Amino acid sequence: MAHADTMVHKANQIALFFATFPHDEAVEGVANHLRMFWAPRMRREIISYVENGGAGLHELADEAVRRLVPVPDAH
Amino acid sequence: MTLIHEPDLGTPARQSEVLVTVEVDGKMVMVPAGTSVMRAAALAGVGVPKLCATDNLEPFGSCRLCLVEIEGRRGTPASCTTPVEDHMRVTTQTPQLAGLRRGVMELYISDHPLDCLTCAANGDCELQDMAGAVGLREVRYGYEGANHLDALKDETNPYFTFDAAKCIVCSRCVRACEEVQGTFALTIAGRGFDSKVSAGGHSFVDSECVSCGACVQACPTATLTEKSIIDAGQPDHSVVTTCGYCGVGCSFKAEMKGNEVVRMMPFKDGKANHGHSCVKGRFAWGYATHRDRVLSPMIRSKITDPWREVSWDEAISYAASEFKRIQAKYGQDAVGGITSSRCTNEETFLVQKLVRAGFGNNNVDTCARVCHSPTGYGLKTTLGTSAGTQDFDSVEAADVIVVIGANPTDAHPVFASQMKRRLRAGAKLIVVDPRRIDLIKLPHVEADYHLPLRPSTNVAVINAMAHVVVTEDLVDHAYVQERCDPAAFARWAAFVAEERNSPEALEATTGVSAADLRGAARLYATGGNAAIYYGLGVTEHSQGSTMVMGIANLAMATGNIGRPGVGVNPLRGQNNVQGSCDMGSFPHEFSGYRHVSDEGVRTMFEDAWNVGLQSEPGLRIPNMFDAALDGTFKGLYIQGEDIVQSDPNTKHVTAGLGAMECIIVQDLFLTETASYAHVFLPGSSFLEKDGTFTNAERRISRVRKAVPPKAGLADWEITIALSKALGYDMAYSHPSEIMDEIARLTPTFAGVSYDRLEELGSIQWPCNEGAPNGTPIMHEAGFVRGQGLFMVTEYVPTEERTNDRFPLLLTTGRILSQYNVGAQTRRTANVVWHDEDRLEIHPWDAENRGINDGDLVTITSRIGETALRALISERMQPGVVYTTFHHPDSGANVVTTEFADWATDCPEYKVTAVQVNRTGQRSEWQLDYLALREATTQVAGSSTDTR
Ligand code: SF4
Ligand code: SF4
Ligand code: SF4
Ligand code: FES
Repeated sequence: MAHADTMVHKANQIALFFATFPHDEAVEGVANHLRMFWAPRMRREIISYVENGGAGLHELADEAVRRLVPVPDAH
Repeated sequence: MTLIHEPDLGTPARQSEVLVTVEVDGKMVMVPAGTSVMRAAALAGVGVPKLCATDNLEPFGSCRLCLVEIEGRRGTPASCTTPVEDHMRVTTQTPQLAGLRRGVMELYISDHPLDCLTCAANGDCELQDMAGAVGLREVRYGYEGANHLDALKDETNPYFTFDAAKCIVCSRCVRACEEVQGTFALTIAGRGFDSKVSAGGHSFVDSECVSCGACVQACPTATLTEKSIIDAGQPDHSVVTTCGYCGVGCSFKAEMKGNEVVRMMPFKDGKANHGHSCVKGRFAWGYATHRDRVLSPMIRSKITDPWREVSWDEAISYAASEFKRIQAKYGQDAVGGITSSRCTNEETFLVQKLVRAGFGNNNVDTCARVCHSPTGYGLKTTLGTSAGTQDFDSVEAADVIVVIGANPTDAHPVFASQMKRRLRAGAKLIVVDPRRIDLIKLPHVEADYHLPLRPSTNVAVINAMAHVVVTEDLVDHAYVQERCDPAAFARWAAFVAEERNSPEALEATTGVSAADLRGAARLYATGGNAAIYYGLGVTEHSQGSTMVMGIANLAMATGNIGRPGVGVNPLRGQNNVQGSCDMGSFPHEFSGYRHVSDEGVRTMFEDAWNVGLQSEPGLRIPNMFDAALDGTFKGLYIQGEDIVQSDPNTKHVTAGLGAMECIIVQDLFLTETASYAHVFLPGSSFLEKDGTFTNAERRISRVRKAVPPKAGLADWEITIALSKALGYDMAYSHPSEIMDEIARLTPTFAGVSYDRLEELGSIQWPCNEGAPNGTPIMHEAGFVRGQGLFMVTEYVPTEERTNDRFPLLLTTGRILSQYNVGAQTRRTANVVWHDEDRLEIHPWDAENRGINDGDLVTITSRIGETALRALISERMQPGVVYTTFHHPDSGANVVTTEFADWATDCPEYKVTAVQVNRTGQRSEWQLDYLALREATTQVAGSSTDTR
């Protein structure tokens, strides 16, 4: 995927905002942000990115992505 | 339609609890103490002749025409400067008064050219009216004596003339410039017979004048007259409408002759502007009839083909068939739409409805993405509502005004005038901005603190201010206890109190003196009512949303939310950016900021729209480009936005657009984005349709159709036609019906209707059962979200850093006379003031690079390169350069990066690391741009230059 870097960068930025929160709240904060604002296709992309090693992802982002459930597009 | 005349009561209203009773010519009237005799008389229905008085200026008492007799007093006092007293008995007409007034008029007329029949003000001249009112029949002094009849005209301002021969030296213009506008450009030079109005010894265009028009409006004679009136004559009918430029949302009377607008006159009853205006709304409306307007729908199959003019039917059915084809081939989610902050609420609502219900997905976004989306996110999180907390008038009760990353005198000029008035009356001022903006030092205004931070360190500064408030115990504990979440407060307080957040620890990062920062924080926390106003200098950062939360934290901690004079006030950019957000333009939420995953809300929309809706957020604008490059997003309907020019990293935008198969652009002109379009639907200007705009204070105001749509359809009608062709019928016969639907589906708009707007003039949402007349000040009884939520705001430095290759920080902004991407203002005489974008650079940085004022320089970032002429200016700090983005060939966004706010993707326009060098030629991008522009704007069989 062409914009993996951008995606990782975005997820890490979100993680950095929540990094000052207690661990579980922080992970849920990131996961919730992704659920609320990322379209299903972007969430599927980052889920599969994590499944493939998740290189470069902040640990909070990594953990948050593992809490996401993939949702298919409507057709 | 008739011409709306607003009565002039002669002197301003006074506020007082005490009411006094006065008798004027036998009529009783009750007025607040402090009211002038003139105003009381006018309220009693008695007009006293006057020339130097008008009701938006303090009385001056110079013309002596308004003399009256008051029982028990000697002489004939001027009614404009005499305050009423209880049981006063006033007589406005006696033979003696008539004689005195005639004498005054004789003197004026003896030095006035008697060309009334050919004068542009004929029919709208107070001097003429007063000659009639006092019964002037002869002028005994003759016209032979010394006079000013040969005085020269000043026609240098593009919009109005100054004909000194007609001046009666009443000072109304001078006072308007001071009191209403706050610019102090005019003076009365000389004395006695020699006294005359002077623009500081310069011609108008070379003076300090900002062309707001206040003096022209105040002038009782033809001395200051709009050139449009000189050309066209006096208007014969008018409608009240709302300015289509900035988020102040000024009310105007659009004054017309037939179907031609001849003047835009600020409406005194407008609650946002109280009869004032700026150069854009008052004068820069000529774009609406500019020859560049495209008036026929056009289509083409490739962007390199010439445009083919077609009928509305053909254009709409072509667009619909393309979208159907794309969805059949690439899936339901392969198309989307972009709503416009320049269009009305009703139009915006329809576009998002078309996307959600007609396209069947949530791929809708709006240009607010690139400006105030962090405001929505940050304020919703902390306070519970995605909007500013106050009305504009609240500033009149502020004791301390903090302006962060905003430049109100240029970007929100009419509100700036109100703010300046409050500052002249003694309010304190703190400015947080990398640049020395004009507000810092103006006539009779000087900032108490200017914190010249390094771009990108906003959050560090707000944390340091919070550190001072918490560690010096300036917190309003009772307020916090009563209204805020205690655990969140404790966590935040502990965080900001950490030594690393102290002004001293952050001094090296922010570049702001710790002593000044402490002083500013103390002033904010202890100076009385403290109000924060902020702009894009807050939001357009990688920590934009964090900064908005930081501002809300500080305001809550000091008890500065929930009453007049305080608050958190985003200064919104475009006229309807608040409205476009309210109307559900974001991919994750319906109107009223309700998430698409909310079952109950979604079901309500599904029932109303009779269609199933998606429960997952759609794509944001930058994601649409990413998806286009991945080959999964192929069609985009863009209403009234020029994303190629306004969005960051132009090359990424154009690559994304280039990868799509059908782009529909609905606009007035062939914009930069239209170069990539396959269907062009000619839109309508704000003068050509009915609807509403919502300004920065949540004020919903009517937009009224002054003239018919030039291309035949209003924008809302175009969306309806497109939707119908796609198989989703929307049946509305008037925008009022769309508003009724918005009200039915949006709790904060429940009480809004065109009838109510007619009745109240304008309404600030929330407007519902609990607040039937709207809500000027929010969070009065408590926060909308329940308890105010303090958020920990860690400062995270942006990754966009300077280094050896890119040692300077570029920041962007705008100027008074131009608006946004300039598509409108560039097509008006406003170019007199700004005909190109320049790069402002500090003398020190310029000298290091051998750059002289006016040299062409390249600006290079890691993303791209462009060239502009340099403007050497001490307003910049060393190491920071600045430019505007009003002209497309400037390519400011060719150099801005894709870095963006972590929460909302609002681009980091305010920080780009660059290098600047002298050059002999335009950049490669600029040369390519001109060639592409040439190639993509051809219209088949047409010789007109539609650029
Ligand atoms: S220009 Fe008009 S407003 Fe100004 S002093 Fe002359 S007559 Fe009065
Ligand atoms: S147009 Fe406005 S700024 Fe210019 S002189 Fe008149 S009042 Fe002053
Ligand atoms: S301040 Fe804004 S709304 Fe008012 S006239 Fe100027 S551009 Fe229009
Ligand atoms: S109107 Fe009162 S003195 Fe001129």
